[in-house]
Amino acid sequence: MTENGKPKLAMYWAASCGGCEISVLNIHEHILTVDEIFDIAFFPCIADFKVHHVESYPDGYIDVCLWNGAIRNSEGEHMAHLLRQKSKVMVAYGSCAYEGCIPALSNLTSKEATFNTVYIDNPTIDNPEGIIPLTSVNVPEGELTLPEFYHTVKSLDQVIDVDYYLPGCPPEPPQIWAVLQVIVAGLLEGAPLPPKGSVVGVTNVAVCEECKLKKGEKEISRFYRPYEIVPEPDVCLLEQGIVCMGPATNGGCGALCPQVGIGCRGCYGPLPGVEDQGAKMLSAIASVIGAGEVGMEERELEQRIQAVVDTIPDPAGTFYRFSMAHSLLRRAKVNGSNGKGEAK
Amino acid sequence: MSEQFEPVIVGFLCNWCSYRAADLAGTARIHYAPNMRPIRVMCSGRIDPQFVLKALREGADGVMIAGCHPGECHYVSGNIKALRRFILLKAMLRQFGVEEARVQLVWASASEGIILAAKVNKMTEEIRALGPLNWQETVLGGNNGYKVAQAALVPEEV
Repeated sequence: MTENGKPKLAMYWAASCGGCEISVLNIHEHILTVDEIFDIAFFPCIADFKVHHVESYPDGYIDVCLWNGAIRNSEGEHMAHLLRQKSKVMVAYGSCAYEGCIPALSNLTSKEATFNTVYIDNPTIDNPEGIIPLTSVNVPEGELTLPEFYHTVKSLDQVIDVDYYLPGCPPEPPQIWAVLQVIVAGLLEGAPLPPKGSVVGVTNVAVCEECKLKKGEKEISRFYRPYEIVPEPDVCLLEQGIVCMGPATNGGCGALCPQVGIGCRGCYGPLPGVEDQGAKMLSAIASVIGAGEVGMEERELEQRIQAVVDTIPDPAGTFYRFSMAHSLLRRAKVNGSNGKGEAK
Repeated sequence: MSEQFEPVIVGFLCNWCSYRAADLAGTARIHYAPNMRPIRVMCSGRIDPQFVLKALREGADGVMIAGCHPGECHYVSGNIKALRRFILLKAMLRQFGVEEARVQLVWASASEGIILAAKVNKMTEEIRALGPLNWQETVLGGNNGYKVAQAALVPEEV
């Protein structure tokens, strides 16, 4: 590595889709500034670095490490520990690193069930011998190894110490640039950095606050899945029966999704002071259910409410789409042989 | 003496009806299972689903939510909000593998000490039959193959 005095930047991925890397490149012309300021120390998506390069760095050599992806297997876990040791500032970048995101939805089933779906029981799979990945296999040429696939997906801070969280799936370019500017000012001019553990690149008010759709009194008699309805423009989606996570989600994205007719999915995570985003959303959704008035008979009341609740087919997957690993329960208790949590 | 599993039930009781029902059960010296730990809240509508999830994660084997009968809420409709949340929460907890008997909603008015005591007895037996939940150990336990998180290795000058 050349020693030119520039701060060192690293970015690494674990269980993620790669969209976070693209989001860094998507900060438009600012990427040139990033390149000017930083020396890339490790960034497998865009430059050829090997793990042994990282291992050869002294501890704390990397100034900022942007980590994206949840921890799913022993390779992700090992790299998280290694990069923590080599980095001064560790940023959980994007929803997967922050709170598990889509990979953590598999916490609703077991590892065996996940393997079954991915490698064996799926219409598009041709695997007559039922081969599934093993951590070690002997072939004539020697032993081949693969990382161990864990039962539970974890967020980054459940494995290592994290300094900052930058939520989003992926984070929005203006927010990324704003956060990078703060970090650069801290590194080059000694400007104060936010307190450790801060969620950065967010507005700390709900997405609804940024959303320009007209909001009124809400009373929902049934919920719609996106394909079942063409939403009215300019009217709050939740009011129209489309599940929109806006009320329980931290702002910062500019409410891009609801304003084009797609309910907020909740990728910016919970608001400050909230431990469990899904529970808060469940609470909000339940309070806009229109069925059930005072004076109704108990039995009828229950049936009416149940009928509305039944129009939400997957509450856990809907409310915890991005926050399963960081939720209060973190994963399902697996009861049946199907590997699902489904209890009687 | 044989070791019998004693479930821990966290009870969220509304101030105006169910907590008074529990009070009445006490003053009337009704014998019932001592497994429910009552927590008084102003209204069953105050109960955030987070309370229930946290109780389950932190070691409760069951959670009882108790409020006024529909139509009798001190705040007009707080208990109906609780019912809506409860029905949706029940659907979600099924996906998390939490058996239905572990989280129950009960209506008990201030004069229904006997009813509340009977519900606590019934719930205790149902959960005893299901066995301990012990979420930390059985569901999150064994650390799932992960190493125990090491002490932070952040260099001094940050």
